[in-house]
Amino acid sequence: MVYQYINNGYYIVLDVCSGSVHVVDELVYDMIALFEKKDRKAIASAIKEKYGDKYSEFDIYEAYSDIEELKESGQLFTEDVYKDVIVDFKKRKTVVKALCLHIAHDCNLACKYCFADEGEYHGQKRELMSLEVGKKAIDFLIENSGSRVNLEVDFFGGEPLMNFEVVKEIVAYGRSKEKEFNKNFRFTLTTNGVLLDDDVIEFCNKEISNVVLSLDGRKCIHDLMRPTRNGKGSYDVIVPKFKNFVEKRGDKSYYVRGTFTRNNTDFSNDFKEMADLGFKEISIEPVVAAPSEDYSIREEDLPKIFEEYDKLALDIIERYKKKKPVTFFHYMIDLNGGPCVYKRLSGCGSGTEYLAVTPQGELYPCHQFVGIDGFKLGTVFDGIENTDVVNEFKLCNVYAKEKCKDCFARFYCSGGCAANSYLYSGGILDTYDIGCKMQQKRVECAIMIKAALADLEEECRDEES
Amino acid sequence: MKRIKTLTDKTLNSTVVKGGCGECQTSCQSACKTSCTVGNQSCENK
Repeated sequence: MVYQYINNGYYIVLDVCSGSVHVVDELVYDMIALFEKKDRKAIASAIKEKYGDKYSEFDIYEAYSDIEELKESGQLFTEDVYKDVIVDFKKRKTVVKALCLHIAHDCNLACKYCFADEGEYHGQKRELMSLEVGKKAIDFLIENSGSRVNLEVDFFGGEPLMNFEVVKEIVAYGRSKEKEFNKNFRFTLTTNGVLLDDDVIEFCNKEISNVVLSLDGRKCIHDLMRPTRNGKGSYDVIVPKFKNFVEKRGDKSYYVRGTFTRNNTDFSNDFKEMADLGFKEISIEPVVAAPSEDYSIREEDLPKIFEEYDKLALDIIERYKKKKPVTFFHYMIDLNGGPCVYKRLSGCGSGTEYLAVTPQGELYPCHQFVGIDGFKLGTVFDGIENTDVVNEFKLCNVYAKEKCKDCFARFYCSGGCAANSYLYSGGILDTYDIGCKMQQKRVECAIMIKAALADLEEECRDEES
Repeated sequence: MKRIKTLTDKTLNSTVVKGGCGECQTSCQSACKTSCTVGNQSCENK
């Protein structure tokens, strides 16, 4: 399967199944589109008809030969052979390698779009995780991780810093087990920033490999959706704290992460605001909300959202040109050192490799399923009991989803988010179509940026030589 | 190839042989939490 598109003047050809990306000129672009439908002579005639004398016989001959060469070397018109290569997903033995610890089902903000209901998660009571449950979760992870060395634990909420002492103790407990069990813990933390002080920063810089800082962008946008419990905006409270954090972070990873809703479909301005504040690693995600919510993303918002993704891509290229690069999470794409095809096919691992743990120690397929009837898998004390649901999640992969089969982006999203699918279609093996379209657009932009940066590098080399 | 610039130097097919160790990061442990992106992750088994 070949996917072609034009963005920012680049004629891009993605050979979906090999992952090969080619930047071509208009002649090759048109000839690739015809290559499997017509023979060489008919293609030459079609090109003559469209372009007149612009391209010589030799140009067409040469372009055709190049296309043939790419095909022969497995970089164009490759078939999807992975279905036969990948083991039967039902039978695959999975291990748990990541936990999302809901360290606090409580929050000091009252964000209007919160899928966690400010920590109450579909009617669960507000409470903090005890150290006992936290330690048991670490034990559960070690016991169920087989030979995996790298284990991940995310401190999530609600707001995890409302239970910071327990966070510290769980980290210490995990570290104390690393050598004995040959494990390497990577701890991450997501915070709204209200309680971020120098003690927390010092701890995070020592122990937390990635910190996600929630900020929606412009003050008016942020304050509209992320008020405090007494209805005031939180922007002025948190932005100085985030700046202080990033200043002290050094080269350790962090993300300033925002959510965009129907209220700010012009979110390229929020990206700009965050980048201009000095943040270098930024993510902005579309809101996950029931269609009935007035701020949810609708189909009719997509043209505007696509324009914004294009603007954001151009902004990123400009910042590279000025040698002040900023990373946008969804435009990071590793064309040469990215994940293997197994990873690309097998989804996010929710319900199998990745589980969420509530303050009571209950296990759910992921943070978004917490509190939803029928999705409780067991507890950290008794292990997995609801194997039917686990087996259902085991089946979650690109080939299990009808709509993914012909999608060019399937090896970049690995079939999309099971929770989004459940929320919009009622089942985990479907897709969230609006989300898919945004994902496709982001992949297009990400690849275009790679093409532009390759040009920039070439220009730099030319200047140097 | 004067009309074609290829940005990739390996194919997905080549990862079938060596891949599948599972040591890489879980996608939702990064910055998303509300979508699924794997294309931007790095292989830990290069």
